[in-house]
Amino acid sequence: MSLGAGGPAPGSFGTTGRGPRLLSGGGPRATVISTASTVVVLAALLAVFLLAPGSAQVRHTFFNPADMWQAFLGDPKKGYYSVGAAIWLNIRMFLAAEVLILVVALVIALIRLSTSPVAFPFRVLSMIYVDFFRGVPLLLVILAIGFGVPALRLPFVSAQSAAVYGVAALVLSYSAYVSEVYRAGLNSVHQSQVAAARSLGLSQATALRHVILPQAVRNVIPPLLNDFISLQKDTALVGVLGAIEANEAAQIYSSTVFNYSSYAVAAILFLILTIPLARFTDRVIDRDRRRRLAGSAP
Amino acid sequence: MTALGGTGPGAAPAEGEAIGIEDLHKSFGANEVLRGIDLSVATHEVVCLIGASGSGKSTLLRCLNLLEPVDAGRISLWGQQITGAGVNQNLVRQYVGIVFQSFNLFPHLSVLRNITLAPVKVRKESRARAEQEARALLDRFGLLDKEADYPDRLSGGQQQRVAIVRALAMRPQIMLLDEVTSALDPELVAEVLDVIRELAATGMTMLIATHEMGFARDIASRVCFLADGRIVEVAPPSELFTQPKDERTQRFLRRIVEAGRL
Repeated sequence: MSLGAGGPAPGSFGTTGRGPRLLSGGGPRATVISTASTVVVLAALLAVFLLAPGSAQVRHTFFNPADMWQAFLGDPKKGYYSVGAAIWLNIRMFLAAEVLILVVALVIALIRLSTSPVAFPFRVLSMIYVDFFRGVPLLLVILAIGFGVPALRLPFVSAQSAAVYGVAALVLSYSAYVSEVYRAGLNSVHQSQVAAARSLGLSQATALRHVILPQAVRNVIPPLLNDFISLQKDTALVGVLGAIEANEAAQIYSSTVFNYSSYAVAAILFLILTIPLARFTDRVIDRDRRRRLAGSAP
Repeated sequence: MTALGGTGPGAAPAEGEAIGIEDLHKSFGANEVLRGIDLSVATHEVVCLIGASGSGKSTLLRCLNLLEPVDAGRISLWGQQITGAGVNQNLVRQYVGIVFQSFNLFPHLSVLRNITLAPVKVRKESRARAEQEARALLDRFGLLDKEADYPDRLSGGQQQRVAIVRALAMRPQIMLLDEVTSALDPELVAEVLDVIRELAATGMTMLIATHEMGFARDIASRVCFLADGRIVEVAPPSELFTQPKDERTQRFLRRIVEAGRL
């Protein structure tokens, strides 16, 4: 098999300044083919959806524009909340949890990778922590914190809102995952980098801060961002505690009006949140790559 | 261990014994890599370490920079012991620069930042001053136009020269070079060796592990042949390369000659 005129130029492997080209792999002919193929596939899927025996019913129950609009706006007098307003709670929970997770997970990863004999009990504890919270379903952690901590009737601690308990549960659970991502990143930096940094007189902490961590984090930005996209969606689970986030608001709408279109609204809003984060991830990777390739050729 | 601590680099004695190594032992698990090394290097002296791979050259250099803790024996710099408890490792390392076979530049930092990181973070110099000194060093070694580049845009020879500049930026009194040309394409070796020759001409005390026998012959005041973790023979290059006394040295050099590298 030879590369035709429409194939990538030798050596280029169909890459541009913006990384490997996912669509239109080089040449106008390839662009036409990929466009045509996309149209055919989408048309086929749409046809299946529209021609299915229950299509009209599904469209009315799940994708009714009037209900979607009602659910988006909400109407307290009729007993349901605005899904569009409720998503702000998801965003706030996500942002708070993300910052805390980044810090907690790093601390756990550093403890797990420490070599000092003094830190041994902390290494064991952090290992148990990671094993435990990766093993227990997030929903159970949310229920345990959300209903268990208030039941303790402690001053202040037991008097928080459902959203606060939800964030605490998200942080506990996700820090376990993210600490493993950090750990992989720290391990991916070659030992010779540590030697080079220490040989210049940098202390352990300075070497970690300026040489090891920047490389480690850079290596794991895609999996980190992946976990955060996941986190954005999992804020919906906090609804089980009664916090009026988008999913809970959609559920209240559906059980009040008996139409599920509110869930479609919640889904669209979550997509609007996660897709920019995914594109942002691409940009970060791309910018880093371009910057490193900038400058004169050797 | 106070005098090295008191004044900081730049104030080391200008003569006498720079490095003293006595009965140095180092094992990695069951593998005894150094089996009693004794060596004395005078200030401004250039000593080359030759020997087969695995003879302990790199380990010896890493012990001198305190990257490897020694098992037994002692190392002293200008008479002050740097092995054992209570030594400020980071301070010792400011006196003793090391350059590695694999460059080990920091890939996430530009050439200039690679060089200024230690002066700014360890010696607490202002960034402006560190950059000024770094540029002077880059200029001296013909790398000034590379200051904004990231290491992966440089050739191996350029990377290794930057690594040497990075070590020099800490104004070390002693430079340890660990097979710095072994990872380079043949046509890039000369530019790095020229840099080392220039360093030697300025009177830098150097301990150089190398496979470049011609270079060792030119630059070294003495050459040490290591085998099995011991120094088998030490002599000026004119003697060691022409009339090696030990049978193992003779065999090693014969193989080198057969390989066309001397």
